[in-house]
Amino acid sequence: MDLFLQQIVSGFATGGIYACMALSVVMIYQAIHHLNFAQGEMATFSTFIAWQLLAWGLPYFAVIPLAIGLSFIGGFIVERVVFKPIENAPVLSHIVIFIALFAIFNSAMGFIWDFSIKPVPSAFGEGPLYEGSLLSKHQTGMISVTMFVLVLLWAFFRFTRVGLAMRAAAANPQSARLVGIRVSFMTALGWGMASAIGAVAGILIAPVVFLEPNMMLSILLYGFAGAVLGGLTSPLGAVIGGFIVGIVENLAGTYIPVVGGELKLPIALFLIVVVLVVKPEGLLGRRVVQRV
Amino acid sequence: MATSETYAAGAASAPKPFITAERVVYLLLFIGLVALPFFSKGFFVFQMTKLLIYAIAIIGLNLLTGINGQFSLGHGAFYAVGAYTTAIMVEMMGVNYMLTLPVAGLICFVFGFLFGLPALRLDGIYLALATFALAIAMPQFLKLSTIEHLTGGVQGVIVFSETFDPEVPFGLPLDPGVWTYLFTLFVGVFLFWLARNIVASRTGRAMMAIRDNPIAARSMGVNIALYKTLAFGLSALFTGVAGALSAIAVKFVAPDSFTFALSIVLLVGLVVGGVGWLPGALIGAAFIVFVPNFAEEISKGLSGAVFGFFLILVIYLAPQGAGGLLRAGVGRVKRLLGGR
Amino acid sequence: MSAILEVKGLEASYGQLQVLRGLDFEVAKGGVTALLGANGAGKTTTLRAICGMIRRKGEITFDGQRIEKLGTEDVVRLGVAHIPEGRGTFGTLTTEENLQLGAMTRPNNSDIQADIERCYGFFPRLKERRNQQAGTLSGGEQQMLAIARALMLRPKLMLLDEPSFGLAPLIVRQIFDILADVKREAGVSMLIVEQNASLALELADHAYLIETGSIVISGEAKAIREDESVRASYLGY
Ligand SMILES: Nc1ncnc2c1ncn2[C@@H]1O[C@H](COP(=O)(O)OP(=O)(O)OP(=O)(O)O)[C@@H](O)[C@H]1O
Ligand SMILES: [Mg+2]
Repeated sequence: MDLFLQQIVSGFATGGIYACMALSVVMIYQAIHHLNFAQGEMATFSTFIAWQLLAWGLPYFAVIPLAIGLSFIGGFIVERVVFKPIENAPVLSHIVIFIALFAIFNSAMGFIWDFSIKPVPSAFGEGPLYEGSLLSKHQTGMISVTMFVLVLLWAFFRFTRVGLAMRAAAANPQSARLVGIRVSFMTALGWGMASAIGAVAGILIAPVVFLEPNMMLSILLYGFAGAVLGGLTSPLGAVIGGFIVGIVENLAGTYIPVVGGELKLPIALFLIVVVLVVKPEGLLGRRVVQRV
Repeated sequence: MATSETYAAGAASAPKPFITAERVVYLLLFIGLVALPFFSKGFFVFQMTKLLIYAIAIIGLNLLTGINGQFSLGHGAFYAVGAYTTAIMVEMMGVNYMLTLPVAGLICFVFGFLFGLPALRLDGIYLALATFALAIAMPQFLKLSTIEHLTGGVQGVIVFSETFDPEVPFGLPLDPGVWTYLFTLFVGVFLFWLARNIVASRTGRAMMAIRDNPIAARSMGVNIALYKTLAFGLSALFTGVAGALSAIAVKFVAPDSFTFALSIVLLVGLVVGGVGWLPGALIGAAFIVFVPNFAEEISKGLSGAVFGFFLILVIYLAPQGAGGLLRAGVGRVKRLLGGR
Repeated sequence: MSAILEVKGLEASYGQLQVLRGLDFEVAKGGVTALLGANGAGKTTTLRAICGMIRRKGEITFDGQRIEKLGTEDVVRLGVAHIPEGRGTFGTLTTEENLQLGAMTRPNNSDIQADIERCYGFFPRLKERRNQQAGTLSGGEQQMLAIARALMLRPKLMLLDEPSFGLAPLIVRQIFDILADVKREAGVSMLIVEQNASLALELADHAYLIETGSIVISGEAKAIREDESVRASYLGY
């Protein structure tokens, strides 16, 4: 029982990572109705920027807003330069563009910062939260920040005009134009916000897994899984989904004999596929009614 | 029945004259491809073999995506199953490598068909994720200790470990590399012919009807579940045979040759060649075989970035792939000739 | 009376199919112009062309400014509210959010909330349904919402595409009364497309009749209403 509890808690902690990434996934989904496979690499790139700023001796409290701001601008520009020209191309072309972005970011990071792993200090300090606590200071901080971002996002979409405009643009681009919303600008804004959230995720995750260009490879997948599981249209769902994925992954690794370390990822994904087969819109997602 | 821009016209039209421009192009291409190994070096022949193998796999993917409208980010998994089937049969059971191809195809067909069943409930992104999960899971399964006596675990299997090369039949005086190339070419031509016939058949038309308008297709009595799973099975069959050929050509299989990157590469090949246009597979395959090398030559450290840049360029210039470009070109020429 | 909207030689196509073949017409400032014609004549296309939802050629002058090169959102920002065929409600958002969206281009501090209340005054039904998802409103309620949303822009010109479509006669009456009020009180000009010709001609000052992408008849609404031959051959009542 003790082991079980411990596994749940540590699954919860890793789930925090996925939840954070899942939020970023939901954000981009909201903007382009699609998953961006390069998002993990973009987040890692942001983390490298933060790392570089730290290495130049800037204090953490200055680095974080800077890195987030730069990532926002970066995401915005990537949308304008790379994605906008092919906005109306078929979905598969979009996927290929994401693959291209993936290759570009990955290779650029390797080129600039090389492929060796780099430790990143936590902004919350080292060690357990309190004597005998199952969660470390960093894990607690990470989960709190994720929750904070979630609340911020919710408030943004619920109470601000830009948030409303973004929702409208996503729900019905044609009508959004008819009320004067610059839909394509909203898409770029969505990319910017998604990469800003990705930066937050990266900075939170790096102290746990070490920084290197491929850091986000599997984490993004878990993030996708969490977001899809919770419902791609719901930030809250995505966060819950992220936590569930973390917990399931941990429990499967501990209690299913063949699974071990290697098969954790496939098992987690498998479970998600099963859930989706039963409930395709995700746990908290909105069923999109398609009219024909 | 619902029509498709690419194929339905060909499927339903009256008998054509025996010699068409299309057939001449195919014939010339075939002659060129047969002659090619006799005028080039060993490594290039190997690359061309890989190109043909990828082209077959891409045709498989195209049957699923282009013809039936379903996504897959996991075709590398079927490729892997095909490759391992051949490797195990040749090495452990001593079966002639040529005979392993139908078996690999059949196994992949069944595997794909079964995978298609749950996939029925998923579309778009969800299907993409599910197939992606398959691609991720495959190398891990291949490494499982319980089947290590067959798969060789992380080490993989060396194929033709005794004879070192696939045997050239009938005592033909050919270099084994050249023979592998020609063998791949013949299999490829056969599969291309098969794919075209599938597309033109009732089955193919049903698949396209589902792609174009599932609801209309259903109301016309098309069994959607059957054809969608069938598309998965057939698609896996083609890709599986490609994998089997790769085991013969590379003479080695290991889990890490079949990571999700392979699936991604196949998808890139599909899109570059043109979704829904079968001959595009050759162009797509050429892209994924040669452009990375080319990128490497331009910049070693940034080869990935250069590749990505080329990819973006292709999508900008031809958002519908080579097939779309060709269609646009042919359309323009026709309009010029016909004076609108 | 000067024109708020002046259209000259308007052409538009869907792919190869040319739908508008050089239309000339205008909408007077503060006036209502009706655009009539059979199904498929190109009425909807005309409205779409004005606000840049499709590619178009020709001269379009709105309020003294050429707009034929502007994108939809920029045309809207000049004060053109289009109530499209099919209403274009944001189904997943609430009624009130839909209304707020109507005022999206106005500065934040202006009296948006007051205008929302004014719209609720016109359509009390919407007030009852203010927090309901707009997609779950009835067809008539959605049409009211579409008109209310257009009013939220405080438009200079409204483009209405079959506001009576699918509505009960009583509701249609009500909606046309409200439109008449809006015209009178706020001086909003309107270009209205209608199948219900008698109703549209009652509201309108001027009318045009379109047939396969060209204007065949133009004149005072009153004159057209009273012209037996036009009524018989084109309007069918
Ligand atoms: N998106 C489109 N693509 C291709 N053709 C179209 C499209 N929309 C309209 N058309 C064609 O353009 C012509 C004019 O259509 P439009 O919608 O403007 O007619 P309308 O006058 O509004 O008719 P109705 O009274 O039935 O609404 C029709 O022949 C129609 O088939
Ligand atoms: Mg119409």
